[in-house]
Amino acid sequence: MSVKVEDKLFLDRFNVDEESHLHLLEPDVCFKRCDDQPCLYICPANVYKLDKDRISINYEGCLECGSCRVGCPNFNIEWRFPRGGYGIRHKFG
Amino acid sequence: MDETFDVAIVGAGPAGISAACVLADRGVKTIVLERGEYPGSKNMFGGVLYGHALEQIIPDYVQRNCPIERNIVESRLSYLSQDAGLSFTYRDRAFFEQRRNNAFTVGRARFDRWFADQAASKGALIVCATVVTDLLKNEGGKVIGVRTDRADGDLIAKVVLLADGVNSPLALKTGFRPETKPENVALAVKEVLAIPEEIINERFGVSPGDGVTNEILGDVTLGMNGVAFLYTNRNSLSIGIGANLADFARRKIRPYEMLESLKAHPMIAPLIKDGKPKEYMAHWLPEGGYNTVPQLCGNGYLIAGDSAMLFNALHREGSNLAMASGKLAGETIIEALGKNDFSSQGLQGYVRRLNESYVLRDLKKYRRFPSFLETHKELFAGLPLAVNMAAREMLTVDGVPKRMRQRAIWKAIRSKIPPLRLLQLAWDAWRSVR
Repeated sequence: MSVKVEDKLFLDRFNVDEESHLHLLEPDVCFKRCDDQPCLYICPANVYKLDKDRISINYEGCLECGSCRVGCPNFNIEWRFPRGGYGIRHKFG
Repeated sequence: MDETFDVAIVGAGPAGISAACVLADRGVKTIVLERGEYPGSKNMFGGVLYGHALEQIIPDYVQRNCPIERNIVESRLSYLSQDAGLSFTYRDRAFFEQRRNNAFTVGRARFDRWFADQAASKGALIVCATVVTDLLKNEGGKVIGVRTDRADGDLIAKVVLLADGVNSPLALKTGFRPETKPENVALAVKEVLAIPEEIINERFGVSPGDGVTNEILGDVTLGMNGVAFLYTNRNSLSIGIGANLADFARRKIRPYEMLESLKAHPMIAPLIKDGKPKEYMAHWLPEGGYNTVPQLCGNGYLIAGDSAMLFNALHREGSNLAMASGKLAGETIIEALGKNDFSSQGLQGYVRRLNESYVLRDLKKYRRFPSFLETHKELFAGLPLAVNMAAREMLTVDGVPKRMRQRAIWKAIRSKIPPLRLLQLAWDAWRSVR
């Protein structure tokens, strides 16, 4: 089934910070020591995308669940909450 | 901030606000730090709150205009295969009247805000848009306050209550809870679909103000240990699906694709027809149960709610456990203030109270349930198809004698799950919940 998560994220309200709250600790690790790259699948907002030779992070749509942090087999994701007041803002919740 | 407080609470959710209400009621100087722009702006759950738990904190919550969406009068449990499904439904007059608001739906953006307003009116200070990034400790290792992401961000308190939810980088950083293991949480996604109030009333056969919950199990989680739900709000439906995070990672399944498949299922599609998507969210459920509950208090701190992994997966109870644990934390802190003892020793009353209450008694009773689900994947693949196939065959009228039908059904079930394994499953299921 083809479904675009962008259409879903479009429904949400975000107060986007200028800086990302998500970082890869060692970008090399994702290619040298990670065959499965689960971040590309488990993230409910599809924040992690595979570019040619790197994984890009579209932190703007992060739903702040934490799955990438604990799902990364190499613990290669530095994860903090967006600064106070930034990030997703639930309308209904 | 130069001001010092008796109590600093991290997180303005059901656990933190319950504690704040109990403390502020007794005149305890309390501050609640919330990272969202307003309480509830970061919070979400399936959608069901429990009147009993709320009543313990705000006895007149109905009169105080608690933003209730619908009072639950009917609970459904559906077991779905790819193309079929069977449902059990329970509706009771008691839930219309004497036991009204036993369970009701809310949206957390509105409810948490309302709840925090109640605490504020009792005298608690609620500070939003503030992330607690670390805990302050003295040389002896006792927690003496919190560090926030504000410029003048350190804040001194006699005791700190961690009520910052299941995803807690703070608990990890301070070592008060080990980092979450993917197998101990479920990742759930939820969508809110707008549908006019009258259409919901008609579709679910309820009067204005009353509603239905539908828990959904089976093939919809594609063989992963998981569950889905469909809840009625006043003029919207909440539909969601979740599964064990380790299963997601292993299977490389995208959560939102699973949600779309659920929405297209023949049992679900007519219920959500013409629903206009309004919001999409994701959150963890602390499904690990009793064995994953961390140390509940220490020198200068306590942990409550989801942050303490207090969640009853079998009965989909979490918000009530958060409120109850928050209340008990508040009562323990009042006791500690009386003795002026905020050491681990002085706060042990919290553990005793939780052990005596339904919170830990229920989690203890079901402590084997999480691993039962993890080790009996037939429940989510195989069995749903077998059960639904049996129903289909017994309901098909085409001149085939029933005995032959039964034989065919048994043969098909045996080919999917050996009879001994089926017996084992039933035995293990009983053992995990007895």
